[in-house]
Amino acid sequence: MTWADTAPVRVLADRRIVGLVAMVLALIGTALASIGIGARSIAPETVWTALVAFDPQSTDHQIIWALRIPRTLIGIGVGIALGMAGAVLQGATRNPLADPSILGIHAGAAVLVVIGIFIFGLTSFSQYVWLAFAGAGAAMLFVYSVASLGREGATPVKLALAGAATTAALMSVVSAVLLTSLNTLDEIRFWQVGSLAGRDMSIFTQVVPFLLLGTVLAFAIGRTLDGLAMGDDVARGLGQNVAVSRGLAGLAAVILAGGATAAAGPIAFVGLTVPHLARAITGPSYRWILPYSMLIAPLLLLGSDILGRIVAPPGEVQVGIVTAALGAPVFIALVRRRKLAEL
Amino acid sequence: MLEKSRALPVTSARLALTRHELVVTCWLSLGLAALFAASLYLGDYVVAPLDVVRSLLSPFTGVQTQGVDFIVLSLRLPRAILAILAGAGFALSGVMFQTLLRNPLASPDIVGISTGASAAAVFAIVVLGWGGALLSFGALAGALLTAVAIYLLAWRDGVSPYRVVLIGIAVSAMLSAVISYLFTRARIFEVQQAMAWLVGSLNAANTSEIIPLALALLILVPTGLLLGRGLSALQLGDDTARALGSRVELSRLSLLLCAVALSAFSTAAVGPVAFVAFVSGPIARKLLGTGRNGFVPTMVVGSCVMLGSDMLAQHALPNTQLPVGVVTGLFGASFLLWLLAMSNRQGRV
Repeated sequence: MTWADTAPVRVLADRRIVGLVAMVLALIGTALASIGIGARSIAPETVWTALVAFDPQSTDHQIIWALRIPRTLIGIGVGIALGMAGAVLQGATRNPLADPSILGIHAGAAVLVVIGIFIFGLTSFSQYVWLAFAGAGAAMLFVYSVASLGREGATPVKLALAGAATTAALMSVVSAVLLTSLNTLDEIRFWQVGSLAGRDMSIFTQVVPFLLLGTVLAFAIGRTLDGLAMGDDVARGLGQNVAVSRGLAGLAAVILAGGATAAAGPIAFVGLTVPHLARAITGPSYRWILPYSMLIAPLLLLGSDILGRIVAPPGEVQVGIVTAALGAPVFIALVRRRKLAEL
Repeated sequence: MLEKSRALPVTSARLALTRHELVVTCWLSLGLAALFAASLYLGDYVVAPLDVVRSLLSPFTGVQTQGVDFIVLSLRLPRAILAILAGAGFALSGVMFQTLLRNPLASPDIVGISTGASAAAVFAIVVLGWGGALLSFGALAGALLTAVAIYLLAWRDGVSPYRVVLIGIAVSAMLSAVISYLFTRARIFEVQQAMAWLVGSLNAANTSEIIPLALALLILVPTGLLLGRGLSALQLGDDTARALGSRVELSRLSLLLCAVALSAFSTAAVGPVAFVAFVSGPIARKLLGTGRNGFVPTMVVGSCVMLGSDMLAQHALPNTQLPVGVVTGLFGASFLLWLLAMSNRQGRV
C-alpha cells in the first residue's frame, strides 16, 4: 500500500478528530455558560472565584455549588447516556426509529414512579431514582423481547408496534391512578415533563456508576455494531456471535437510558435525533458515530437547558420541552432529506 | 358469450367474498345488539327488562313511569348511542389510515391526529377556560390543523406512507411536549379536568354531543365507503395503482380528508379514547379471515369495543367507575401484543 492510497483516509480521520476536539471545547464552554447563566444573575468574576476559591458565606457561591454545578453535571451525564443509548440501539437493531422513548422506556418508568407516589407517598426526585430505573429497564426488555421473537428478529415495524402497545397498556394504568388521586397527579406532572432542575448532587452520585458502566460497555461493543449494521449473515460471516453482541448492546442501552430517565425524567427525542446528526457528519461507521453522539447529545441537552432558563423569565421551561421543540423539527428535516429505512 | 363465461368465475368469487363479509357483519351486529340491550339493563338501579322496553316505547305509547324513564332514556340510552357512534367513527377512521398508509401502526392515535386534538383541548381548558361545545370545537380544529400540517410536511413529490408515519410521530412528540408544558403551568384543578378529557369518557353523553357526531357520520361514512372502493388499487403500491389508472394523489388526499374528519368528530365528542381506532381494523381482519380490510365489519367491531369497554369500566370494579379510555387502552394493547406474538410464531410480521 502506497502513501498515495492512505493519505485521503488519513486526512478524513484527522478531520474527524479535529471535529471531536472542537466539540469537547464547545461542551466545556457550554458547561461554563450553564454554571454562569440562571434566574439570579451572577457576574462572571464571581463565578470564577466561586470555582477556584469557595466562600461558604457568599450566597452566590452557595447557589453555584449547590444548584448550578450539580445541574450541569447531571445534564452532561444524562446527555451522554441518551446519545449513546440511541446510537447503540439504532445500530444493534438496524432500525433508525429505535429510541428509548419509542421502546416504552418512559412509560415503564412512569408506571413505577406513579405507583410509588400513590401507594408509598414518595415526594422527592431522589426517591424516584430506583423506581424509574427498574421500570424503564423492565419495559424496554419486555418490548425488545416481544419484538425479537420470530425469524427476522427486531424489525422496525415490530419494534415500533410492540413499543406502542406496551406504552399504551402502561399509560392506561398511569391514567387510571392519576384520575383517582389528585396528589399523585400534582407530583407526577413535574416529573413527567423531563427536567434537570431541583436535582442535587446525591442524584448524580447515585446514577453516575450506571452511566460509566453503560458508556464503557457501549464503547467495548462499538466495533461489533458495524458488523451488525451490515446484517446478521454478514456479521456471522465475520465471526461474530450475533445474539451475544445484540444482547450486550441491549444491556448497555437499558443501563444508559434507564439511568438517564431515573435522573432527569422522560426526555424525548435526544436519543432519536442525535445519532442521525452524528451519522450525517461522520458517515456510517459506529467507531465514529458513538463518540460524536456522546458529545453532540450533552451539547444539545445543556444548550436546551440554558435556553429554557432564558426564554421565559422569571420562570423557566423544562429541558424536556425544549429538546422536543428543537429535536422534532430536526428529525422532520432528516426524514424529508433521505430514506431513513436505508440507514 | 365468450367474455361472459370468462368473467363469471371472478364475479362469483367476488360475490362469495361479499357474502362472507355479510355473514360476519350480521353476527357482529347481533353481538352489538346484545351489548346494547345489556347496557340499557345493567346498572346500580335495577330496572326489569320489560320496564326497559316499556320506557323505550313511552314516547310512542304515552305511558310514563318517571324514575325509570329518566334512568333509561336520559342516562343509559344516550350513553350507549354515543358509544356506538364514536366507536364506529374511530374504527372506520383507523382502518382507513391503516389501509391507506399500508402500515398497521398508522392509526390516528400514533400518527398524531389525536395528539393534535388533545393539545388543542388542553390549551382550551387551561388557557382559555373553555368547556362544553366550545371545547369540542377546539379539539376538532386542533385535529384538522395537525392533519394538514403533517400532510404538508410529508409532501415531497407526493406523499410516501412511511414518511407520513415518521413525521406524524415527530409532530406527536412535539405536541405532547406542549401538553406537558401546559400541565406544569396550570392550576391543579384545571390539570385534573384536562386529564379527564384526555382519557376520554362517555359521562357527558347527551343530545348536544350526539347530534353533531351523528350528522358528521351520516355524511362521512357513506363518503368513506364509496371512496374506499378505490383503496384496493392504492394498496398495491403507488406505481401499480397509477398503472391501473388510479389518480393516486387525488384519491389519497380525499380518503385522508375523510378519515381525518371521522377521527376529529369522534374525538370532539368523547375525547381521544385510546386504541379503538388502532385495534378494530386488525380484529375485523382476523374475524373475516380473508386478508382484506372490511370497512363495515370494522365499524361494527369498533362499536362493540367501545360499548363493551364502557360496560366493563362502569361495572367491573365495585363502587368505582372508570372512564372508558382506561379500559380500551389496556384491552387494545393486550390484543395487539397477542397479535404480535401470534404472527411471530407464524414467521411473518
